[in-house]
Amino acid sequence: MRIARSRGARLGALAVVASVALSACGGGGSIDEQTQANEEQAAESGGECGDLNMAVNPWVGFQASAYVVGTVAEQQLGCTVNYKDLKEDVSWQGFGTGEVDVVIEDWGHPDLEKKFFADQGDGSAEDFGPQGNVGIIGWFVPPWLAEEHPDILEWSNLNKYAKEFATSESGGQGQFIGADPSYVQFDEAIVSNLDLDFKVVFSGSEAASIEAFRKAEENKEWVIGYWYEPQYFNAEVAMQRVALPAYEDGCQDDPQTVACDYPETELKKIVGSDWAASDSTAVSLVQNFEWTNEDQNVVAGYIASDGMSPEEAAAKWIEENQDKVDAWLE
Amino acid sequence: MSETSAGSGIAARGLVESERLTNPAPKKPVEPGAPPPGVEDAGISRWIPALGILLVWIAVWSFTKGNNTLALPGREHTDLHQSLTDFNNRLLAGRETNPVMQFTNGISDILRTVFDWLQRLFVRPNLPRPVPEIGWLGIVAVATWVGYAIASWRIALLVLVSFLSFGVFGYWEDSLDLLIVTGMAVGISLLVGLPLAVLAGTSVRANKAITVVLDFMQTMPTFVYLVPVVLFFGIGVGGAVVSTLIYAVPPLVRIGGFGIREVSTTTIEATDSAGQTYWQRLFKVQLPMARKTIIVGLNQTTLAALSMATIAAYINGPGLGKPVINALVANDFGKSFVPGVLIVVMAVMLDRTTTAASERSEKVARGGGGNLRVRRIALAATGVIALVAVFLSRRDLSLAEFPTYTIGSKVADAADSTMSGFIDLVGGLAESVKNGISYGFLNPMQSLLAESPWWLAGLGIVALAVVFGGVRALLTTVVCLAGIWFLDLWHDAMLTLTMVLVGTVLVMVLALVFGVWMARNRWVDIGIRPLLDAGQTIPPFVYLIPVLALFGFSRFTAIVAGVVYAAPAAIKLVADGVKAVSPTTIEAGRSTGQTTWQEITKVQLPMAKGSLVLATNQGLLYVLSMVVIGGLVGAQALGYDVALGISRSEEWGKGAAGGLTIVLLGVMLDRITRAAAEVRRDDGPTTRRAFNVRLPIGPPR
Repeated sequence: MRIARSRGARLGALAVVASVALSACGGGGSIDEQTQANEEQAAESGGECGDLNMAVNPWVGFQASAYVVGTVAEQQLGCTVNYKDLKEDVSWQGFGTGEVDVVIEDWGHPDLEKKFFADQGDGSAEDFGPQGNVGIIGWFVPPWLAEEHPDILEWSNLNKYAKEFATSESGGQGQFIGADPSYVQFDEAIVSNLDLDFKVVFSGSEAASIEAFRKAEENKEWVIGYWYEPQYFNAEVAMQRVALPAYEDGCQDDPQTVACDYPETELKKIVGSDWAASDSTAVSLVQNFEWTNEDQNVVAGYIASDGMSPEEAAAKWIEENQDKVDAWLE
Repeated sequence: MSETSAGSGIAARGLVESERLTNPAPKKPVEPGAPPPGVEDAGISRWIPALGILLVWIAVWSFTKGNNTLALPGREHTDLHQSLTDFNNRLLAGRETNPVMQFTNGISDILRTVFDWLQRLFVRPNLPRPVPEIGWLGIVAVATWVGYAIASWRIALLVLVSFLSFGVFGYWEDSLDLLIVTGMAVGISLLVGLPLAVLAGTSVRANKAITVVLDFMQTMPTFVYLVPVVLFFGIGVGGAVVSTLIYAVPPLVRIGGFGIREVSTTTIEATDSAGQTYWQRLFKVQLPMARKTIIVGLNQTTLAALSMATIAAYINGPGLGKPVINALVANDFGKSFVPGVLIVVMAVMLDRTTTAASERSEKVARGGGGNLRVRRIALAATGVIALVAVFLSRRDLSLAEFPTYTIGSKVADAADSTMSGFIDLVGGLAESVKNGISYGFLNPMQSLLAESPWWLAGLGIVALAVVFGGVRALLTTVVCLAGIWFLDLWHDAMLTLTMVLVGTVLVMVLALVFGVWMARNRWVDIGIRPLLDAGQTIPPFVYLIPVLALFGFSRFTAIVAGVVYAAPAAIKLVADGVKAVSPTTIEAGRSTGQTTWQEITKVQLPMAKGSLVLATNQGLLYVLSMVVIGGLVGAQALGYDVALGISRSEEWGKGAAGGLTIVLLGVMLDRITRAAAEVRRDDGPTTRRAFNVRLPIGPPR
């Protein structure tokens, strides 16, 4: 009895392996041949690319930039690209250990630059110049709200409406939706320094904020929150910006006393110094990479609205925009 | 369990004990004769002083509320937090020169190198080779063969199906990464844990010291490890393996030490009289006799490692946790569902394999295990097949790269549409449940705890601790509260405590309903228990997503996730406790003609009180650790502080203080409930040991 059963199991196991193996056959080919081809390609492209450690910070726009550069590096330079899902701050710590080579979309971190750039810090990171996107951060409300109460677009009128924004989480005050606490933001300081009757509640992620904004527009709910461009979602729901006291140089220097709006930011590439000094062929690709907010929104839309994987989305955009890609590869 | 021959009666007791360790709550429970009626009276009367304290608290609160709450809103931090941040900055700035940092970074480097080497061997292209050294067919074949070699054909089949499912559902590489990280952590756990287990098993004093440390490690919510681990071991593989290790070592040390300690003294004396040395005794007597218990410890360690390795994705640990956490960021339930299920598959595979291996080794040691020659031939023959498969997978591309199937994304889509349909259906109801509980229960309670002046809340908690835990709980409570006060996050701690208490109340309601139902109906038990096992294995991030979709970012979301996380363990404990009530007692009750309701409330529940307290204890700790993760989805309070500290270096100090506060909160709740359990002596001493083991997974009994 026991033997019979185990023999049956054995046969079953063999059958399963055989069928999967057979279904896998057909497309294959010899590994040795491919190895040789890879070696030749590396020799042709004038050097090895090796590993490229690409940080991926948690918002879709960043994913778009990172995977487009990564896919070009992989397909056209033969790099092994390792995508690392990390918060902004943690990514910077990775430059020193070699865990991270490239942060492709930096929104401005003076404190981290002080720690890791050569002039004041340990010199493990360096600025590789702008990547073409212009970042706008601010306070936004859904379009229906801006239409019905146009005066809400001025911060001084916010307190008048604070009660309308109250939820179970905001303790009687208005609820202000912060996104991911790791993003560049001063909302809690702004709220308290402008004496606004609001409480910052964090949605935790870009996607959760989008969900809240989408629902708010559909059901005409009162919602206000931290939001930014480039942002694919703005094509679906055109979020309206609330004006805060205008930005002046230095008004964000002390995070605790901020009482002004966010500036327009030229987004930059930050790279690890050791990697930048290496002879990896991807260095010049990252140095040359530059695109526009529209470009990024297209790829981000592929990922978030059309449900493509970041790799597919990047590959599709690269195919459609080979001329731009070629310029990076020169 | 394997039958025990006569003559090894005392050793067999060790086995029974170890079984209990894996499946908390004794099988043949309560010593007959317990509980003395006096205990029951004491239990009821304890609620009266508690109610009195609560009334006094509310009275004082009503005219002091809002004063001295020590609230520290938003980004504000104190000098203490700043000095912790400075400490972090100094360490980071000196990471090239500081010997401690050099040492920990060195360990991290080694871990990374080993992982990288294994990855090139199994997972990713070893350039210029387009594929890893060993392709999927080779890996599947060898893994299956190992399953056969250490256990049986049935296990080999389970391993085979599991491995194929990793690939067929499209997560071949992440699954192997997770296995590698888990394997590395378990390997190091053995190196570190076995000597400690021997120490704990052979020296009473060492055992006491080790137990204190292990208690502390196991009370700490997993998420909290990540703060110091990132500092010393960095992100990625290094940090992931180390944090996994911290979580996984305790069960091995505890259960292994227990097994060694339980080796019969008669046997030791008998062999000692033959003049053996310490090492002979250890290697020839104690370790072999405790082998089965040690493997049980290894089983628990492996499962713990698997669950922590998933959470380590938060610090870029490789493996199946990554797609799960990415899906959380993208709010995409479908994409988290498939990897979540695969983690359960992996857990079941590892659990059943290690269990079967231990049973087999036991059988072989007793001279069983079938015809040795036939088995050797079978092993050799299948081994050759496995080697051929390895060879083929090194040559042919299609046998090296796992073919792509669409079934994974189909399942994900189906899961997604099912979930969104469900949410559309009950969304409105969910919203009103959330608002009902938030406004009716959570907010008033939060107001009482967090809006009281700190001294009032502190006094109230101490008084309640004394009522429930007796004087034993007093000292720990005072020390923990003082620590929380010192760390400058008092208000946040009270917010978190509120969520934990509300969550635990909900957990206990579920545990009572389902636990009693399972205990009274065998079929319900058989039906529900696998679900509970799965619920304990699915990484918390997976069910955070649908809960988030239902309830939005809020404290209630964190509470519900905590309830889902804690309920399985609590339900099992209550079910086992109620089931253990002696049938004679129940029969006696029935003969007097009591109703079912009377039977449950007057006999079964009072007699299972020990299990109820234990379930409460586990409920509190599980909910705490999940509520902290809830800080990622708008639950504010301490969890948010920790998430903030991990993600922003200028807030590191506040995050670290938050982490420590969580630990203090956990220790306090744990000690109070433990003391409460010890005040009630209505269950056997073994139940208390079950405090020491988390993640009890087992077949229905």
